[in-house]
Amino acid sequence: MIVSAKDIHKHFGALHVLKGVDLDVAERELVFVIGPSGSGKSTLLRCLNRLERPTSGSVRVDGIDMLAPSTDINHARQRIGMVFQSFNLYPHMTALGNVTLALRKVAGKSRAEADVLGQAALERVGLADRASHRPAELSGGQQQRVAIARAIALEPRVMLFDEPTSALDPELVGSVLAVMRSLRESGMTMIVVSHEMGFARAAADRVVFMDDGLIVEQGPPAAIFEHPTHERTRAFIGQIQRH
Amino acid sequence: MTGWDRFAETFFNAKVMAKYLPDILYGMVVTIELAVLIILSGLFAGLVLALIRSLGVRPLNWLIIFIVDLFRSLPPLVIIVLIYFGLPAAGASPSGFVSTWISLALVLMAFAEEIFWAGITSVPRGQWEAARSTGLSFVQTLLEVVLPQALRLTIAPLTNRTIAITKGTALGTVVAVTEILGQASSAMSNSYNPSPLMMGATAYLVLFLPVVVAARWIETRFAWKR
Ligand SMILES: Nc1ncnc2c1ncn2[C@@H]1O[C@H](COP(=O)(O)OP(=O)(O)O)[C@@H](O)[C@H]1O
Ligand SMILES: [Mg+2]
Repeated sequence: MIVSAKDIHKHFGALHVLKGVDLDVAERELVFVIGPSGSGKSTLLRCLNRLERPTSGSVRVDGIDMLAPSTDINHARQRIGMVFQSFNLYPHMTALGNVTLALRKVAGKSRAEADVLGQAALERVGLADRASHRPAELSGGQQQRVAIARAIALEPRVMLFDEPTSALDPELVGSVLAVMRSLRESGMTMIVVSHEMGFARAAADRVVFMDDGLIVEQGPPAAIFEHPTHERTRAFIGQIQRH
Repeated sequence: MTGWDRFAETFFNAKVMAKYLPDILYGMVVTIELAVLIILSGLFAGLVLALIRSLGVRPLNWLIIFIVDLFRSLPPLVIIVLIYFGLPAAGASPSGFVSTWISLALVLMAFAEEIFWAGITSVPRGQWEAARSTGLSFVQTLLEVVLPQALRLTIAPLTNRTIAITKGTALGTVVAVTEILGQASSAMSNSYNPSPLMMGATAYLVLFLPVVVAARWIETRFAWKR
């Protein structure tokens, strides 16, 4: 298992947000996470790379104990790419600058090496010709693809996507999903929180339904979407399909 | 003699002005020295305090907030007088120049810290998270990602505040600093004529008007671009 989270609990003060979540992800697997707003999907993803520290439980990624005090977290995070709903590109840097910052500062590449690798990553997301543009000069879809390039440039072992297309105009969603699909075809392990059911059906190995801080049900996309066993899953899927 | 002649004779007396011009020029040099020292040390100290504050160590932050609020509340003249007349009692006797420098640098430090801090906190949390998720350390994220964005937001308020505080160098007269106002007023009492004061005012304009105009330019330039 490349990702193995066991019995994750997370409290924010009195709020109990994750109530004992277990999640194992195999190499090259694409796990798709769905669930109502506030059910703890983002918090779960953020516990995997320790942007949030779980109150209890264990997280191993690529053999590294993410919660051990002895773990060099900055080194470990290079193996876990993350893409955010709001892109979070650095506005004062060019696309290439965004992609190469961690290559230089974390992976220890020279500027010349980083530029070559960064340019290759932009190529993979179809934006080689936008390298010198600032985020403000790019469309939302292009910004999100630069954000994906920023993550994959570090050659992570697993990629986390937190609603990568939710902030995009509908006509820009396709370009981002296409990049995610090609990433998938290259064998990248991916955990994707999203409402893009078409993408889930086409690309996911497993769909995980979360509600109220727990994984309620999981299985192959067809089984979860066509024959959910739990009432809450059924209600949620009915709801999003009506949209 | 017409009224205008009398006015010119009193406020723009050529003989007096020629005599005291070197003193006023010397005062300008002292003012510039003071201003440069205040700006460099005040802004540097303010930035350091803001960076320390971003580490989020509670007791340290309380101390910083206390210091900052203290120096934002006290009138600069009171600080100057306290340091100049108070410190000798504690064994140190700073000159008027040093007292004025330290006092105004502390005041600028306090205001600059607040402005830098506001800039740092206005950078969205997502910027921190994106940078940290790629493995950048806290300090790398602060210096490479957050600070460049914060500084751009602080430039306009910082310039205005810096000008306002730097003009306070004139308060140095009270503790016998030979800056522009000090030179002008002693020239005035020696010559029984207010012309040196007009020269002093002109000297301040020559020094600060270009800075104020530059500040206005900086402000509009950074307001457009983002
Ligand atoms: N930093 C935080 N502090 C306090 N509460 C939080 C924080 N982050 C998330 N929460 C709360 O945790 C719950 C789960 O949030 P989240 O994981 O973002 O859900 P989802 O991504 O499924 O919509 C929500 O009630 C949210 O308000
Ligand atoms: Mg969320």
